[in-house]
Amino acid sequence: MKSYLYYPGCSLKGTAKEYDISVTALMTSLGADLLEIDDWTCCGATAAQAVDSGIGLALGARNLALAEKNSRPDPEKEPLDILVPCSACYLNLKTAQFDLEKDKAKREGINQVLSKENLSVQTHLKVRHLLDVLSLDVDWKKGLPFSNPLEGIKVAPYYGCQCLRPFTVFDNPESPHSMDEMIQAAGAQVLDWDMGAQCCGASNATTKPDVGQYLVGKILDNAKDAHCIVTVCPMCQMNLETYQDKAHPVPVLYLPQFLGLAMGIARDRLGLELNLSENVQLTGG
Amino acid sequence: MPVTDCPEEIQASVAKVKEMVRSCIQCGTCSASCPNAEFMDITPRQMWRMVLTDRLDLLFASRSFTMCSSCYWCTLRCPRGLELTRAMGELKQIGARLKLGNSKKSDLFYRLFLDNVRQYGRVREVELMGRYFLGMRNPMAPLSYAPLGISLLKKGKIKPELPGRGPGKLADLFEAVQHQEGI
Repeated sequence: MKSYLYYPGCSLKGTAKEYDISVTALMTSLGADLLEIDDWTCCGATAAQAVDSGIGLALGARNLALAEKNSRPDPEKEPLDILVPCSACYLNLKTAQFDLEKDKAKREGINQVLSKENLSVQTHLKVRHLLDVLSLDVDWKKGLPFSNPLEGIKVAPYYGCQCLRPFTVFDNPESPHSMDEMIQAAGAQVLDWDMGAQCCGASNATTKPDVGQYLVGKILDNAKDAHCIVTVCPMCQMNLETYQDKAHPVPVLYLPQFLGLAMGIARDRLGLELNLSENVQLTGG
Repeated sequence: MPVTDCPEEIQASVAKVKEMVRSCIQCGTCSASCPNAEFMDITPRQMWRMVLTDRLDLLFASRSFTMCSSCYWCTLRCPRGLELTRAMGELKQIGARLKLGNSKKSDLFYRLFLDNVRQYGRVREVELMGRYFLGMRNPMAPLSYAPLGISLLKKGKIKPELPGRGPGKLADLFEAVQHQEGI
């Protein structure tokens, strides 16, 4: 498999450590090398666009510039793609890329700002979400080593928002299905539900709990026939896992944790003990 | 309230939002798609109409725009291809700068979040939440977050760190951007 530049983002180094751990374990098992971008900083999350969109653009641009700086470890080969597991980081980097590509004046302005750190951005790299990479760069039908098939397990695939919208890249944002093939390859069943692309409330869960928790409740209640929810966003995972007391409780795993289990990767290499849902006990049939 | 009645530094931002939604046909797809619409007193469709008809008094009397959780359904589905989530972000910025007081908690949270990034480059969650609680000036506020905080500490996912001093990791970047924006 290809190598990727890796942008983990703040959550994966803090409250979503297990996402970082399991992405690394899964990608390594799939034969990919992850090259963490040196000196990366926050992407601005949803805060930047609510306070200062200029700062948001600059934060995205700084990280793109750093990525471009070490995108060609092998000058003979094509530059590497940037792999981003967090949906908010993915969207912010992709938006910065899109805006700077479209607007030359903006790019010149940003490059002036970045020149203080001897950085500049050209916007030639591909910013890709983990789900994009897993669904398009891996052939799930071809003999992957699933030594612990999760037979009898029913999974609610939860995509959330920002990996699907507004940029439509690898899946249908109205009715996403990119996880189906992977879940089935792992031996499990996919729950037929229509909450996969609904919003978890994002930062409303912190600042307006009634609004955020209402959305979380709807998602959890709709997943009541599933053994677990599988997701690809640290904010979604945190929101769904944290506010389970007022709704139907369901374990919430990161997609690489789930796939890793089926591949027989050890639980501690998937960071499963770090999940807040204590009952993550999915075993193969 | 016409745009020209707004403080001068706000006028350009309002004009920007107006430009972003100029071709809105009031079809209501945004409102119908918004997962938070039922918590709003005025709908997204009404908000765009208020922007276009200079009824900013009505718009900013409501806190609807602060309910936006940036899910991008409205942007995806808008038949005119308008970047409505971005426009909502601009409204949040204007609301925060006008210090309207109708979105105190999110304004505070987002501002502290960016301060945190300016200081450390990456988010330090414990310090951010600590400052958020202090900023809310409500001694009961931390209680509802305590169980989550305790489980995160127990799992070693967050760790208390001493607040940093000095100009901050991204101070130059922030300053250069603000200088360019003329703030």
